[in-house]
Amino acid sequence: MGPGVLSRIADLRAWIFLVLLLIFFETWANVAYGVTFIGNTYNLQSIGIFATAPLLLALGQTFVIISAGIDLSVGFTMGLAAVVSAHVANLGMSHFGLNPLLAMLLGLLSGIAVAFIPGLVNGWLIARLRVPPFIGTLGMYGIARGAAFLIAGGMTVPVSNEWFAYIGNGRIYGVPILVIIAVVVIFLMHYLLSQTKFGQHTYALGASRVAAVRSGINVGGLTMRIYLLAAVCAGLAGALYSARFTAGAAQAGEPLLLSSIAAVVIGGASLFGGSGTIAGTVAGALVIAVIEYGLVFINVEPFWQFIAVGVVIIISVLVDQSQRKLLGGRQDD
Amino acid sequence: MTEPLLDVRGVSKYFGGVHALEDVSMDLHAGEVVALAGDNGAGKSTLIKAISGVHKVDRGDILLEGKPVTYESPQQARDHGIETIYQDLALADNLSIGANIFLGREPKRKAFGFLPVLDRGLMADAAKETMRRLDFHVDRLSAPVSAFSGGQRQAVAIGRAIYWNAKILIMDEPTAALGVPEQRKVIALIKSLKEQGKGVIFISHNLGDIFAVADRIVVLRRGIKAGERKPDETTGDEIVRLMVGG
Ligand SMILES: Nc1ncnc2c1ncn2[C@@H]1O[C@H](COP(=O)(O)OP(=O)(O)O)[C@@H](O)[C@H]1O
Ligand SMILES: [Mg+2]
Repeated sequence: MGPGVLSRIADLRAWIFLVLLLIFFETWANVAYGVTFIGNTYNLQSIGIFATAPLLLALGQTFVIISAGIDLSVGFTMGLAAVVSAHVANLGMSHFGLNPLLAMLLGLLSGIAVAFIPGLVNGWLIARLRVPPFIGTLGMYGIARGAAFLIAGGMTVPVSNEWFAYIGNGRIYGVPILVIIAVVVIFLMHYLLSQTKFGQHTYALGASRVAAVRSGINVGGLTMRIYLLAAVCAGLAGALYSARFTAGAAQAGEPLLLSSIAAVVIGGASLFGGSGTIAGTVAGALVIAVIEYGLVFINVEPFWQFIAVGVVIIISVLVDQSQRKLLGGRQDD
Repeated sequence: MTEPLLDVRGVSKYFGGVHALEDVSMDLHAGEVVALAGDNGAGKSTLIKAISGVHKVDRGDILLEGKPVTYESPQQARDHGIETIYQDLALADNLSIGANIFLGREPKRKAFGFLPVLDRGLMADAAKETMRRLDFHVDRLSAPVSAFSGGQRQAVAIGRAIYWNAKILIMDEPTAALGVPEQRKVIALIKSLKEQGKGVIFISHNLGDIFAVADRIVVLRRGIKAGERKPDETTGDEIVRLMVGG
């Protein structure tokens, strides 16, 4: 096997994990309960819905990690967006007399719009003030968290709006609307990362900041846009969260921050920057969703999921390190 | 005598009390290679940074093709056709040769007649053509440049400069980090740049390299031009004496 074949296999590792997991759960379901796991459309839909929010966070995080940064604030940006969209959708109907459809649209857009604030502040701290991403976004983690709980008044914010519920739980030809939205965003992000200057410069910045600067790339503006994109993805995830549960909650994204980083890393991106792909991140998010849903399905103590996800992360990083030693970084093309 | 591409006249540069350059003059013609020699701290890097727009000079003039220029940034020097290749090369290791050549100025094409996408085909063709011009033949055009050897990476950095029609190439110790066969290859590269009519300034500590390729040798010593010699009218001993004084 040449290095080409080896690197292809390493690139596909998240997909290989995914297939192995599906085989494992299928076998277990068959042997233990005499039922099918993958053959059951309900399971597939549930996994899809389950994966949507962490995937949306992970898609934005992919750009950040490729640029050799990290965004710790996306979980609470998501919570902030969830609370704001629920409030605005309610206000739209109660105070402005909007019909439910318009109130729903206004609510979702407000959730996305409010995410611009943490995104721009993160970008400004990191790009202009040269604060390390870990510190700058950790500060924003606290600020977004506090703001989300304050706006929510310390409680969840229920929404009664049938259109909201439809976006979060409806299906078109049996496919959950959340999954359709996620697929559209996946294609958009893949296009951005692999086919635009923005994506190309993100890779260059992650590999060598000096190279990016000397090539005349506006590194400050690029950094701003990367953190803004991560926040907007989190904003969308928050807006869709309040649609799915017809309630906004400040802690909506709290457990998803680590899942999002894990998805990107399992997907083959390196925390040192310069490599990663959208396809890998999608597979990484599916791996996590299948582990979490599958363990519940086969009736194993839910705590095993933490162990399983942890093991997969460690294996991924080990594969990444040996691949780097052999070949250097990989990218989308 | 034709007009020089580059004419540095009586340039001085001070850092606080340090006289990094004091009244230094040199010129460079098209198709000429000038070696810049000198001990550590002699002012070689400061001189090329003045020429490439990193430092503003405190006194003196820099003329390009007869016209005095002042630039505010390295980008402006680059717009005037001056490309500098630093020792660290500043390549994006994870990107292909083509992507490095085009970094910051990527070409686009329309997919399906409407969707703007990066033109990787054009980048790969340009990479192949540029590397061929430098007599470096590579077939793995989509591989990241981290997959290539030191000399090949040097060629990529030079290729990036000549693709954008640099007239003057400045190289800071281009052979320092390379093994002997690769050093030869880079020396051959400098010769081919000369044949293509470029003006080349290179800093080197290696007298073998200097005598192999330079048309003139400018020696600096503690910020002052200690002398200028043609290789066939001097010896290694004399150059070393100029460098260290005495
Ligand atoms: N940015 C700077 N600030 C202060 N002093 C400098 C700076 N750059 C160079 N110098 C000083 O100028 C002198 C010339 O340095 P340099 O041009 O780097 O020499 P060389 O490249 O020949 O080794 C040295 O004394 C060095 O310490
Ligand atoms: Mg130096």
